Amino acid sequence: MMNSSGVAVEARGLTVQRGSRTVLRGLDFTVEPGRITGLLGPSGCGKSTLMRAVVGTQAKVTGTLQVLGSPAGHPSLRPRVGYVTQAPSVYTDLTVRQNLDYFAAVLRPGRAHRDTRRDAVTRALTEVDLTSHEDALAGNLSGGQRTRVSLAVALLGTPDLLVLDEPTVGLDPVLRRDLWQLFHTLAAERSTTLLISSHVMDEAERCHRLLLMREGEILADDTPDALRTAAGTDTVEEAFLHLVDAAATRKENAR
Amino acid sequence: MSGTTATAPLNPARTLATAARVLRQLAHDPRTVGLLLLVPVLLITLLRYVFDGSPRTFDSIGASLLGIFPLITMFLVTSIATLRERTSGTLERLLAMPLGKGDLIAGYALAFGAVAVLQSLLATGLSVWALGLDVMGSPWLLLLVAVLDALLGTALGLFVSAFAASEFQAVQFMPAVIFPQLLLCGLFIPRDQMAPLLEAISDVLPMSYAVDGMNEVLQHTDITGDFVRDILIVAGCALLVLALGAATLRRRTA
Repeated sequence: MMNSSGVAVEARGLTVQRGSRTVLRGLDFTVEPGRITGLLGPSGCGKSTLMRAVVGTQAKVTGTLQVLGSPAGHPSLRPRVGYVTQAPSVYTDLTVRQNLDYFAAVLRPGRAHRDTRRDAVTRALTEVDLTSHEDALAGNLSGGQRTRVSLAVALLGTPDLLVLDEPTVGLDPVLRRDLWQLFHTLAAERSTTLLISSHVMDEAERCHRLLLMREGEILADDTPDALRTAAGTDTVEEAFLHLVDAAATRKENAR
Repeated sequence: MSGTTATAPLNPARTLATAARVLRQLAHDPRTVGLLLLVPVLLITLLRYVFDGSPRTFDSIGASLLGIFPLITMFLVTSIATLRERTSGTLERLLAMPLGKGDLIAGYALAFGAVAVLQSLLATGLSVWALGLDVMGSPWLLLLVAVLDALLGTALGLFVSAFAASEFQAVQFMPAVIFPQLLLCGLFIPRDQMAPLLEAISDVLPMSYAVDGMNEVLQHTDITGDFVRDILIVAGCALLVLALGAATLRRRTA
């Protein structure tokens, strides 16, 4: 199912225009299959736009963007890519289980799949630890719980690629640790490719690879270890700041 | 993945799942259900006593209103419901999943069509059997027109929600889209007595045919050719606007 070059996502000259603003400027990057790639950078740097381009919901995308061997947004990718937006996109006037039942029916419609669907819903509820809240209205849940419902929806179809936009924002440390454990399990046991964005740098240490972004450009594409070593710093956060300063100096010199 | 997960223009199972989901959402909102079902009943009762002295007027206005209620309520409910779907991110999520646009549109039409059947059964039943609304034709034909009107309301609601960025804007489309049709549909003055320009405009507005259809049932025991023409026009408009509504759903957005 992977393309010949063995990458899950491959971008060449990826550019996105929003209104008169160029949000992404000619990005080149790859996402390795079966690994967790962290997309890090400050708010407003274009992380969400990049993710929407990968999922195929972003308009005005130019350059090449191959996802699981097909152009991003290709209809054949829809069952294979799970996507969680930053704001939880679930029906607040349905219970947790009713939400999952509906999205499961969209993924695998028909009576014949009823048992498969029920199992998938139960499994997803367990994975995000919401079994005890399955009959609660999504609108009555806390923000963090609603985020997990949204995540559970993306886990339903056992997707090959999971694109998660700041999935752990506002969650307590215990839950954050549990979710990162789940992400690692998905990558290790199901060979799921995960692209996870965050503006919290300490989450970078939990990823296999990192894409550091700033102002619509990618500053670095490497493993956390390599980034720290190259910058001669102890943390990814310091490495990021180092890269930002270096880029600013380069711009200054070029002027 | 099996062949059933491919995105066909219309997948019956996905359409039914969508309709069931919309009805489940309604089921969690008993007040809305109550308002949907009871307000037309109360209004038609009120109308009956307003025209206590002239039963003929009640017949003609009452029959027209039985067609107009479902159109207006379904317009409002659908425009808000689809606007919420757009703003909550669930629409983006659904369109990134293997759901056809037709499944979504048809799902909404089915769900609100079912509500309209219930609403019209109550309002029409009460009018004919308790309030003495005098119809020559079959009350079931009134119900048929009412359901087609509801479908038209759903279609218009879906369509205009694409042009509304907020609930404030969405409710403003009600007077903008519905009121001109209400004024020109023949409810206040027979359409052939209007100024030629206004009559010409009323000739191209779908609600005119909804009201004409109701009046055909009111005045004729048989199914007339005009009645068939009227319901075909209403149904055709509903399908056309539903298709336009589907065209406003974009998988890729800025």
